[in-house]
Amino acid sequence: MFKGNFINNLPKIYGTYTGGFIVFIILMAIGEQAGMSAKVIGICFVAFTVLIYALIGYLSRTIQVDAYYLAGRQVPTVFNGMATAADWMSGASFVAMAGGIYFKGYGYMALLVGWTGGYVLVASLLAPYLRKFGCYTVPDFIGTRYGGNLARLSAVIVLTVASFTYVTAQINATGTIASVALDIPFNIAVYVGLASILMCSMLGGMRAVTWTQVAQYIVLIIAYLIPVFWISNKMGAGVFPHLMLADEVARIAELEAQFGLGEIKNSAADLKQVPKGLAGITKAHSEVNTTPWKFISLAVCMMAGTASLPHVMMRYFTTPSVKAARRSVGWSLFFIFLLYSSAPMLATLSKLSLMDPNLATGIIGKSISEVQAIDWYQNWNQANLMFVSDFNGNGTLELNEFFMGGKAVVLATPEIAGLPYVISGLVAAGGMAAAMSTADGLVLAISNALSHDIYYKMINPKAETAKRLLIARVLLVLIGFAGATIAALEIQGILGSVIWAFDFAMSGLFFPLVLGVWWKRANAQGAVAGMLGGLAAGTAYLIAVRSGYPGFLDITQLTFGIVGSVVSLVLMVVVSLATKAPDAATQKMVDEVRVPSGKAILGRQH
Amino acid sequence: MSKQAQHWEKTRGLLFVTLAIWFVFSIGIFLFGAEMEASSIRPFGYPLSYYMTCQGSLGIFVILIFWFAGRQEKIDEEFGFSEREDD
Repeated sequence: MFKGNFINNLPKIYGTYTGGFIVFIILMAIGEQAGMSAKVIGICFVAFTVLIYALIGYLSRTIQVDAYYLAGRQVPTVFNGMATAADWMSGASFVAMAGGIYFKGYGYMALLVGWTGGYVLVASLLAPYLRKFGCYTVPDFIGTRYGGNLARLSAVIVLTVASFTYVTAQINATGTIASVALDIPFNIAVYVGLASILMCSMLGGMRAVTWTQVAQYIVLIIAYLIPVFWISNKMGAGVFPHLMLADEVARIAELEAQFGLGEIKNSAADLKQVPKGLAGITKAHSEVNTTPWKFISLAVCMMAGTASLPHVMMRYFTTPSVKAARRSVGWSLFFIFLLYSSAPMLATLSKLSLMDPNLATGIIGKSISEVQAIDWYQNWNQANLMFVSDFNGNGTLELNEFFMGGKAVVLATPEIAGLPYVISGLVAAGGMAAAMSTADGLVLAISNALSHDIYYKMINPKAETAKRLLIARVLLVLIGFAGATIAALEIQGILGSVIWAFDFAMSGLFFPLVLGVWWKRANAQGAVAGMLGGLAAGTAYLIAVRSGYPGFLDITQLTFGIVGSVVSLVLMVVVSLATKAPDAATQKMVDEVRVPSGKAILGRQH
Repeated sequence: MSKQAQHWEKTRGLLFVTLAIWFVFSIGIFLFGAEMEASSIRPFGYPLSYYMTCQGSLGIFVILIFWFAGRQEKIDEEFGFSEREDD
């Protein structure tokens, strides 16, 4: 069917795959008409897509070091863009983001700006230079540029702290979706999610993760866009929602005023009845509802964090050239933009569906008993994601008497808007794809750093290829299990821990990475001080704020990276200047990194 | 000045321009959230503040990266530092 080599056939292969997936959706829709139950459809969607990823993972198995760590450095620009987008957009982006916008409005959208603006930093400050370097992992760059095992080890420590915080949230998300779709208890579903993640990455390392991530991107973007367009058209809000929802946004503001948003407050006793994790609408939808500093500080943390997270950076090590790495960042952001620009539209449509009394789906202003009798309300109430209560005793549902979980905005909106169940199944598959792809990238980033930088570079530099790859795989499984075990404890929410991961990465890695390329005078002592000092300062501030310290400059537990990175920058500059300049060989290496032509600093096999 | 130093100078110049544009659309305009909301400029009918956070700035970043990549390729070519095709 496919002649010639694999890379040239990629458009055909993924074209066929996309076609096949659409046929599968249509078959499910026909099945639904023929009487297939919602539960069976949900199981089919999740099981079918996960099996496909596992198959891709198996077909991409490898025993080559450069294929395992770098996907053979032959991933074309656009495909690497898709893989990065899937790697990047996690369960938080897919499941939680629209919900956050729904509840918090403008103030929350700082995350949209931060999670996209960071790519400008990636493209201009780092990705092309790290690609030229030819490193396998981010600590590989730090270790070679600054020299010495201590710098390498410090980078591994920061990487592990940031990525591990992130990965538990993703395994938690796969568990949540698997438990709903497959109808099994959460603490078992977490391990089902883990098994799926490992099937994609264990045999083929970076190569397998690359090709499954492309497949996962296709599923998740279809799953996100179809409901947005469908609901918008069904509601008569506009054929192309992104450009046509201005009236709906204005209508929400009108309804907010009419329903007394912000004026009617619930008493503490009333709020006690509301199940944990659910929230009502308390912030205006489009109005500027936060101070500029709060908005900007959050955006800045997310941007610097984006440029320091190793699982994203390492995707650009897989392109064929420096030029391709640069363009690939543009494509990544384009594919991310498709989903991020849709999230506020989904939040708008979802909110209006529920709020507007002129729409058949609107529930605010209806009688409480009528709402409690609605099918979808009963389903999601049972899943602990929706709740109503007649606080003022007038028998009518008021805006302040309706509560929903953040996840429900994405997961339940298709049902609320009256779309067929097949769409809800599709959304579950999309959420699974988003969480799995990110978890894969993260688990691989950690295990690669441990196997390449700690085991091979520091403990046993004479290890043979087979042994290195065996160690890498064993570590992958161990880290996955550790992540799943912590995820099963359900310590923190998905979104909170994701934001923390960005702050950790920014605290320890942002300046050591950037200055490694842009400041020749930076040396190993400075970098070590910057990494460890930054991480320690950020962590200390986080712990202090969590235990009641009021903080300064309005820096919260979501923006502690500002403290960490400033400490990191100061330490790095002061210590570098106080100690000896890097030797001539290192300076020459930095010069080499700054031009695209010529050989990579580190060879294909190292 | 050596070819390499000239190349780096131009590269740094491009970086500063890129970061300046990035700064304006990621930080600068959001200092004026309330002013943007009150503004009579309403892209597609949305309030300007809302539009910039959910589409405007995001789209500008995408274009900015492709523009930056193109300019950097030109600089690399100018000084003969671009990679050979078969690389």
